[in-house]
Amino acid sequence: MVERKALRINAAKTCQPIGAMYASLGIHGCMPHSHGSQGCCSYHRSHLTRHFKEPVIATTSSFTEGSSVFGGLANLTQALKNIFTIYNPDIVAVHTTCLSEVIGDDIPTIVKRAREEGVIPEGKLVIHANTPSFVGSHITGFSNMVCGIIKYLAERSGETKNQLNIIPGFVEPADMREIKRICHLMGVTSVVLPDTSGVLDGPLDGDYQMYPKGGTTISEIKSMGDSIATLALGHFTSHPAALALETKFHVPAGLLELPIGIAATDAFIQSLRTYSLDGVPEELETERGRLIDTISDMQQYFHEKRVAVAGDPDHVIGLVQFLVELGAKPVYVITGSNGNHFEKRLHEILDPVVPDAKIKAEADFFELHQWIKNGPIDLLVANTYGKYIARVENIPFIRVGFPILDRVGHRFYPTLGYAGAVRLIDQMVNALFDKKDRECPEEWFELVQ
Amino acid sequence: MSGGVVRTRSVETMISTAAESISVLPGRAASITTAGQSGPTLSCDKASLAGSVTQRACAFCGSRVVLYPIADALHLVHGPIGCAAYTWDIRGAQSSGPQLFRNSFSTDLQEMDVIYGGEKKLGRALRELINRHQPKAAFVYSTCIVGVIGDDVGAVCREVSRETGIPVILVASEGFKGTKKDGYRAACDAVYNLIGTGKTDDIPRTSINLLGDFNIAGETWIIRDYFQRMGVHVVASLTGDGRVDAIRKCHGASLNLVQCSGSMTSLAQRLEKEHGIPSIRVSFFGIEDMSSALYAVAKHFDDSELMERAQEVVRSELELLLPEIRRFRSALDGKKAAIYVGGAFKAFSLVRALRTLGMTTALVGTQTGDKDDYEQLRAMCDPGTLIVDDSNPLELAKFCIEKDVDLFIGGVKERPIAYKLGIGFCDHNHERKEALAGYIGMLNFAREVYASVMSPVWRYTPRRSGRTGVYPKEAV
Repeated sequence: MVERKALRINAAKTCQPIGAMYASLGIHGCMPHSHGSQGCCSYHRSHLTRHFKEPVIATTSSFTEGSSVFGGLANLTQALKNIFTIYNPDIVAVHTTCLSEVIGDDIPTIVKRAREEGVIPEGKLVIHANTPSFVGSHITGFSNMVCGIIKYLAERSGETKNQLNIIPGFVEPADMREIKRICHLMGVTSVVLPDTSGVLDGPLDGDYQMYPKGGTTISEIKSMGDSIATLALGHFTSHPAALALETKFHVPAGLLELPIGIAATDAFIQSLRTYSLDGVPEELETERGRLIDTISDMQQYFHEKRVAVAGDPDHVIGLVQFLVELGAKPVYVITGSNGNHFEKRLHEILDPVVPDAKIKAEADFFELHQWIKNGPIDLLVANTYGKYIARVENIPFIRVGFPILDRVGHRFYPTLGYAGAVRLIDQMVNALFDKKDRECPEEWFELVQ
Repeated sequence: MSGGVVRTRSVETMISTAAESISVLPGRAASITTAGQSGPTLSCDKASLAGSVTQRACAFCGSRVVLYPIADALHLVHGPIGCAAYTWDIRGAQSSGPQLFRNSFSTDLQEMDVIYGGEKKLGRALRELINRHQPKAAFVYSTCIVGVIGDDVGAVCREVSRETGIPVILVASEGFKGTKKDGYRAACDAVYNLIGTGKTDDIPRTSINLLGDFNIAGETWIIRDYFQRMGVHVVASLTGDGRVDAIRKCHGASLNLVQCSGSMTSLAQRLEKEHGIPSIRVSFFGIEDMSSALYAVAKHFDDSELMERAQEVVRSELELLLPEIRRFRSALDGKKAAIYVGGAFKAFSLVRALRTLGMTTALVGTQTGDKDDYEQLRAMCDPGTLIVDDSNPLELAKFCIEKDVDLFIGGVKERPIAYKLGIGFCDHNHERKEALAGYIGMLNFAREVYASVMSPVWRYTPRRSGRTGVYPKEAV
């Protein structure tokens, strides 16, 4: 085992701007804008397209050698002019890159000047977030952009509205859809920000729409300062935005974890219940009951199974809690992102049940692989990049998180909520059974599991 | 229209309405022209307009894709994590041996490195990796930020090279230096450091290098096989299934075959100037271009036996291929295609390959074509074919609707747009899963085009089902 400080091998993270781009796509009528070299924008769009199998739009300041010396003022001004002239979005969400950060471009000043010069048409909005690639990860970038959206757009009219803000985190469109469904069942009016459902899971309708139907509308975002409370799902992706709303508009922040598995979903439903007149409807009670039923049917197969989990911090925390609920043993747990909360929280969860678990933030797949070589596991839960390890070590593997470049289901089926938990169980036991069916000796090959 | 598709008048009307509602970016009008019409030269080879949803990438991207298939070299990206993360094993460039190049190595620069410099970190990373993997050479890719914070990457490379005894080569690929094309040049400059350092005494006269083939889906192997059957020795392939030792001695070959117009031209020019090796620009896509490439090599060596063997290769391959192609052709005859690819030379081949399938090209564009390329496209395409440089999704969607195409040939970012419009798609970019080069590649191409164009799914899409009321949405 080699301690490495200077080197990242097979990263379990990527850079801030792609997270910012994803968050921006969750605003209706928004053009994400990458203030940097055009490769950044191209990479992010390609990567998101590979994951969502959907067109992903974004514009770029197309930095050149000149702009990297003289600053990106001219490029951004020109870009804004062109964007509004031809693509006509309601709002442009600018995020920076390593290059524009090092040069020191001051986005608010550039935007202010552009507005004074009449480059930005009346009624159109330009917001921004600083997302230097050499700080944090795509998770930081996502969080920074959500904070940016709120800082620029949320307002307080003085009259509290009977609605709840939900910050869902860096999750799938299907998850955002599921959160809205649960809120609806609970009789709670919600504003979900960002909301990429209907943006990155659109139907084939014969038309290419730059701005699909979905996304949180600007008027909804504006009204977030008037909401009764905010529920933020995930310490890393969502809590900062909820706290910003609390500080600025005194909207109380409910700081939750991603509702993955029983307890975390219970906590989410419990929080919604505070704001619901109707209480928990039978439909949700039944969903929960079906989840518990499924676990009871399958618990024997999870008992003491050694599992490795790699991915984004909020997801990993949720998945590990769920695995513990299933009776499995998460023995190796990593994220590529940084932040003390990750290791602290996971020790809280795992110390009582798996005291020798290895937990590490700012780790990578190479390190995880070394651990696995030294102590084998039964199941790997990670994004698509886990497949290299799964293949070499012949480990059952399920894909959860971002990116998933080689499967299709994540686009439709949530992993959040009670229904999402059933889907996770389905994927995990199938992976375990498939390996057994392929490899076990004839006499152990069973029809019924 | 063939294929028994009935289309209502109203749908057509609505299609044209939708197309009109999308306008072309004012600064872009000069980058669009039509074949068969006289007019000013197409404006191209320029930086993209700021604020455009350009499909282009950066210099780093260009360098990375050209060099990464060198399988026994170490490829270390010096920069923040993104540049390494997005280029981790995304192209299907295959290796028959080492798989080291499929890992992602990055110095993952942090805020402190940006302030104090990343040279020490780079040195440590290189030493550790070279020590563990014992590569034949190492490439260090410089990214935007490294160019700005002023790390002397070259000095670190020289130092580590002295210590470890392997070539450690700087790739000056800062993203802001330009488009992929500028990155190609940086890659050629980098790889040139290896050339001329190997022994060439065992290389026969009838020998070539393959430049600009990246062994996507095993294509280099297909091409190598044809030349082997002709009796032509392939010294090195740059860079598909590439090996450092082969590249070291590639200056001993008698001829360079340059495929993929943009990427290897500057290397071929240097090899000609400094080592006197002539080069021929070829393409391995499509029956005509593949055969021309084989014949051109035979002609170059002025050897009648070689020519006979080339003819034998072509004959035996076509005997297998043509009956199969005919099967697809009868269904595809008269269908229209749009092409949007990186390099122009590939576009030429695709126009011809589509003709082989009975299809016409209604729109053709590239990311990196130059003036001559576009003149050639204008000359070879049917009158009325639209020709565009450095396009964007809105423009491409508009033209596809206007021209009512049945197929789009492009890369990862164009695929979902085509599908949303209800148009078949063929990936002719680096994410293709099937070999498209050579004769077998033409068959794969035909099969892929057929599968997508004739897919039953289009029957259920608004454009081909004659359904009204869904289309179009309100104007953009």
